[in-house]
Amino acid sequence: MKILVCISHVPDTTSKINFTNGDADFDSNGVQFVINPNDEFGLTRAVWFQEQQGANVTVVNVGGPETEATLRKALAIGANEAIRVNATPTDGLSVAKQLAEIVKTGGYDLVICGKESLDYNGGMVPGMLAALTGANFVNSCIGLTVDGTNVKATREIDGGKETLSTSLPLIVGGQKGLVEEKDLRIPNMRGIMTARTKALQVLEAVGSEANTKTVKFEKPAPKSAVKMFTVDNLDELVSALHNEAKVI
Amino acid sequence: MSILIYAESSEGKFKKVAFELASYGKKVAESLGTTVTAVTVNAANVSELSKYGVDKVLKVTNDKLSAFNAKAYADVIKQAAQKEGTKLVLLSSTTDSLYLAPLVAVGLNAGYASNVVGLPVSTSPFQVKRNAFSMKAFNITEIATDVKVLGLAKNSYGVFESASSASEEDFAPSLNDADFNIKTESIDKTAGKLTIADAEVVVSGGRGLKGPENWGLIENLASALGAATACSKPVSDLGWRPHSEHVGQTGKPVATNLYVAVGISGAIQHIAGINASKVKLVINADPEAPFFKVADYGVVGDAFEIVPKLTEKIKEFKANNA
Ligand SMILES: Cc1cc2nc3c(=O)[nH]c(=O)nc-3n(C[C@H](O)[C@H](O)[C@H](O)COP(=O)(O)OP(=O)(O)OC[C@H]3O[C@@H](n4cnc5c(N)ncnc54)[C@H](O)[C@@H]3O)c2cc1C
Repeated sequence: MKILVCISHVPDTTSKINFTNGDADFDSNGVQFVINPNDEFGLTRAVWFQEQQGANVTVVNVGGPETEATLRKALAIGANEAIRVNATPTDGLSVAKQLAEIVKTGGYDLVICGKESLDYNGGMVPGMLAALTGANFVNSCIGLTVDGTNVKATREIDGGKETLSTSLPLIVGGQKGLVEEKDLRIPNMRGIMTARTKALQVLEAVGSEANTKTVKFEKPAPKSAVKMFTVDNLDELVSALHNEAKVI
Repeated sequence: MSILIYAESSEGKFKKVAFELASYGKKVAESLGTTVTAVTVNAANVSELSKYGVDKVLKVTNDKLSAFNAKAYADVIKQAAQKEGTKLVLLSSTTDSLYLAPLVAVGLNAGYASNVVGLPVSTSPFQVKRNAFSMKAFNITEIATDVKVLGLAKNSYGVFESASSASEEDFAPSLNDADFNIKTESIDKTAGKLTIADAEVVVSGGRGLKGPENWGLIENLASALGAATACSKPVSDLGWRPHSEHVGQTGKPVATNLYVAVGISGAIQHIAGINASKVKLVINADPEAPFFKVADYGVVGDAFEIVPKLTEKIKEFKANNA
């Protein structure tokens, strides 16, 4: 089985978010970038398929040279090889189109994306990729097993979960549950050393096409200060929740 | 030219988001000088949509669509949009709608903006405001295509009544066998239990509650408030509560009217997932807990003392105001 894991290179949640160029661009100055958490669950599941079922795992990112450190980290976690498509992502579709090209030429059986990336919170790349390639598609995937070309997948639904049967080729929008938090791997020294010798191929982009563009960013208005109560004036709290906040 | 909304239902009954989306669609349609058409799949009482300004309902009834299937449903929405000559398709942000939205967008060659908050910033050029960076910023997005798809962020607009008389039309889109290469085997859902996705109030407990044996505190407060229960990540990692209750960056997102956090420190990864909630009430023993910085209301003190008292006060209040 050939697996492709799509990796988004995103600011760590603890980063301060700032913008430059008249609030038109994200300011990456001093920002720590990580593998998008949803993708990390997918990557770990892919490495499990590699170890248990002999799968070959390629990781791919659409982005500039600055994302290579993130791809190396994915190699250190256990992927066999990496691809960087040399393009600056402009919207979900522009990324999905580049990925569709990789999926078609590489003949991948299973493509695992994260259901959403933590920077733009678009949640659209996996679905668009499925639409562009015609593969089967499971989103919000929290469980995945493959037997030959038969697939059993579990997806989160509002208020529960649904078990699905389908077949390869398959695109997955994954999240926590594909593996549990405790199964995530921190790259060890050996992994980091071997990652240096693994192939990281840079491919040129196939045209560029976007349907949407960011005009600018805005910061939320500053919050008004918290109103404090004590155990002795909970009546006032209840009345504030009713009269002021109107939530009870 | 009408705007198309996909009015979601479950077991034949409209979800609340269907009414929110209709309310939103009505307002956008007014500003564009057009009407609202809703497409429904196996919904029973479609006339309910008349309360919220829908002008026409395309009613799809088909046993093959009795279980949700993203590709097939996306295909239905696409065909409805083409039939109506729609330029703007509106979807909600339930798990199912988030699943099908990108498929609809590619199918219609449409630009798609998800997580949209508020009415369009401008209709020409077409610009919308959306949540990004886990609510730490907004992103003004311009959609350049002729046909556009918007996903409205959860609980971001509200439900507004606006009487109309919707005409009803049976609609039988053609279904593609290949879409059914994916089959529902089973659905595991606790019947009758209020879910985090549907609840208007969520009561959430953290490690400050010391152990699973103390969750009665959370459950009682939740039941007094008519709320769903949730927890922080360590609480589910420790097995005190099921994973389905884990909220935050790596857990479920919460966008309720009221979020009550008990014994949760307010780590940034936790806040990232719950910040879309409108009002936050934080109960924590530590006056320096970071959660107070993003809270609207706070009580400093021992949860074991505060929560039972608060629960009584809420019950009293509800009894007097019933
Ligand atoms: C990549 C990543 C992703 C993460 N994703 C998530 C996520 O999705 N969701 C999430 O929740 N966390 C997430 N975390 C973890 C997060 O950083 C925090 O560790 C976690 O939220 C802390 O949980 P807590 O507040 O329950 O526990 P603690 O940090 O232990 O806080 C307990 C709080 O309870 C208070 N307390 C103690 N006793 C009492 C009492 N008697 N009465 C009242 N208050 C009391 C304390 O003052 C303290 O503030 C993530 C972390 C990382 C690195």
